[in-house]
Amino acid sequence: MSDVILEDSGVPVHLAATNNRKWAIGFTLSVIIIFAFYQYVYTSLPGEVQNFFRAWLPLTSLGEAMIFVLMALGLNIVVGYAGLLDLGYVAFWALGGYVAGWLMSGFFDSKTINFGGHPPVGLPNGIHINFWLVLIIGGMFTAVWGVIIGAPTLRLKSDYLALVTLGFGEIIPQFFVNGENVGGLNLTNGTQGITPIDDITVFGHAFGVFDLQWKFLIYSALAGLMIILSLRLRDGRLGRAWLAIREDELAASMMGVPLMRTKLSSYAVGATAGGVGGVAFATLINGVFAERFNFAISIIILAMVVLGGMGNVWGVMIGAVILSWINSTGLVQFGNVVNGALGTNINFPSFNFLIFGLLLVMMMLFRREGFIPEARTRVIMHETTDHQGAH
Amino acid sequence: MTTDTGRLSTPVMLDVNNISVAYGAITAVKGLTLNVREGEIVTLIGSNGAGKSTTLRTISGLLKPKSGEISFKGEIISGTPGHEIVAKGICQSPEGRRIFSRMTVEENLEMGAFLRNDHAEIKADMDRVLELFPRLQERIHQKAGTMSGGEQQMLAVGRALMGQPKLLILDEPSMGLAPVLVDLIFETIEKIRSQGTTILLVEQNALAALRIADYAYVLESGNLKLEGPAKELANDQAIVNAYLGG
Repeated sequence: MSDVILEDSGVPVHLAATNNRKWAIGFTLSVIIIFAFYQYVYTSLPGEVQNFFRAWLPLTSLGEAMIFVLMALGLNIVVGYAGLLDLGYVAFWALGGYVAGWLMSGFFDSKTINFGGHPPVGLPNGIHINFWLVLIIGGMFTAVWGVIIGAPTLRLKSDYLALVTLGFGEIIPQFFVNGENVGGLNLTNGTQGITPIDDITVFGHAFGVFDLQWKFLIYSALAGLMIILSLRLRDGRLGRAWLAIREDELAASMMGVPLMRTKLSSYAVGATAGGVGGVAFATLINGVFAERFNFAISIIILAMVVLGGMGNVWGVMIGAVILSWINSTGLVQFGNVVNGALGTNINFPSFNFLIFGLLLVMMMLFRREGFIPEARTRVIMHETTDHQGAH
Repeated sequence: MTTDTGRLSTPVMLDVNNISVAYGAITAVKGLTLNVREGEIVTLIGSNGAGKSTTLRTISGLLKPKSGEISFKGEIISGTPGHEIVAKGICQSPEGRRIFSRMTVEENLEMGAFLRNDHAEIKADMDRVLELFPRLQERIHQKAGTMSGGEQQMLAVGRALMGQPKLLILDEPSMGLAPVLVDLIFETIEKIRSQGTTILLVEQNALAALRIADYAYVLESGNLKLEGPAKELANDQAIVNAYLGG
């Protein structure tokens, strides 16, 4: 038995490195294949095949999945690495989205500012800043909000922290819903939202609403950057400090880990990813709509982290892709198939919370460590039961 | 070296001066004064709830005294946050071990050196700790949570040593261990002192603690009940019967 433990955790750095390489290659290849397929093959396929792909694997849902990978990895830093339960992550997504709405649209039409942006032809009014710059601004903006929200709340212990983040997750989207008159200023356009959002520009090329395969590539690159960042952070000094706090806060403090600063930094990094995801998502759906930022999103992103395997970058990535696809496409299509075959009229997407809830309960009962668990967790959880099963 | 008070004539390293510590309305430590001199093993003994752990947590900066002050090497440290106190050279092996169970033994030891940057010296200290506890060397890549209680205790002490403490605080290092391991731990504590580290030891196993300590303080319900050279206390049958559960 002790041999198995050593095999599993001995020379972990070496094993982890080859493992990471395999996953990274897999991720990159999948992205390239999907892009090449839609760019070069798709249009020359027969109509029924095209319909099949448009129904089951549309580019919008693929792009959305990549944005969810980015955000789930951001939440993974808070929940998986530092062990702080955050039930209001949607707030950062919303904040990032509105940064895109403010800086990449004709919304503030009394001003005409263009800084490397790409306003629609003939509509130069509003603030139009370059997408890449807005990504950075959005990330920084939400990082500041992460610190503002985190500073008073992170002193709280687990359950209380979860409750307060839940509150913030409700307050910020509500503010956006009701923000059409903030002291006389229309800040959010209320429930109508802000649309359209400017195109993404890359070296002078503009990618608009129909260049979805290119947008998919861009979102995949963002997700890839987040994967690299997550891996680097985990193995660094800060990652160790987060891990120590997750394992035992008091002991971490006795090792000299500054608790507040370390927790705040996890919150800020997580918030940054949420903000960048928000900006990206606004460009995907070509708008910012307050009612999309609801509590359910916080739970879905949390489910991605938990199902995939808290703390494991690749597990969270898989969890995000699968749940995002089920949420945006899978459930609808599956419902169509069932309804078509049985002649019923069941609204499957309306059951998505039943399904996510069931999934979470099942996971907690049978596989608490997630689909692809973090190596650390695997050994501990199966210490006494099925060591042979762990590999 | 020892004077007739049982103490070394070295300078005072840790000076706890008349501190009171409270959890809300409940005062856990009342007007406690104690000090530790360089190179000593000082033990703080007393029954459950006597205020031992509260005192240690206050020294480590996890709690703030309601009144009184604590100074370390002449500098007042009461009110300083915990992580800065570690940086000043006070490292604690907490009660209940509290090792990082999902980290390997090696990673736990590295965490102990979290505030240090001198990689060569960290490596040397790691070798020193592994020499002190050869059992940890055998388990170096194992997840700490899968080890036995005794091994975890060795790790907790080793981890605290990795911070290069000037003052090592050990909170109940013998708790829950088999007698043979208790002896091993106490032998190791003496060895650590002989290598130049000052030690403040809290124990419920009072007699064992008195055997290796120079000086002892006995706490009861948050008050200092008596103090004296460890050997005198251990040899006084009346004191042993009254306070030390002997």
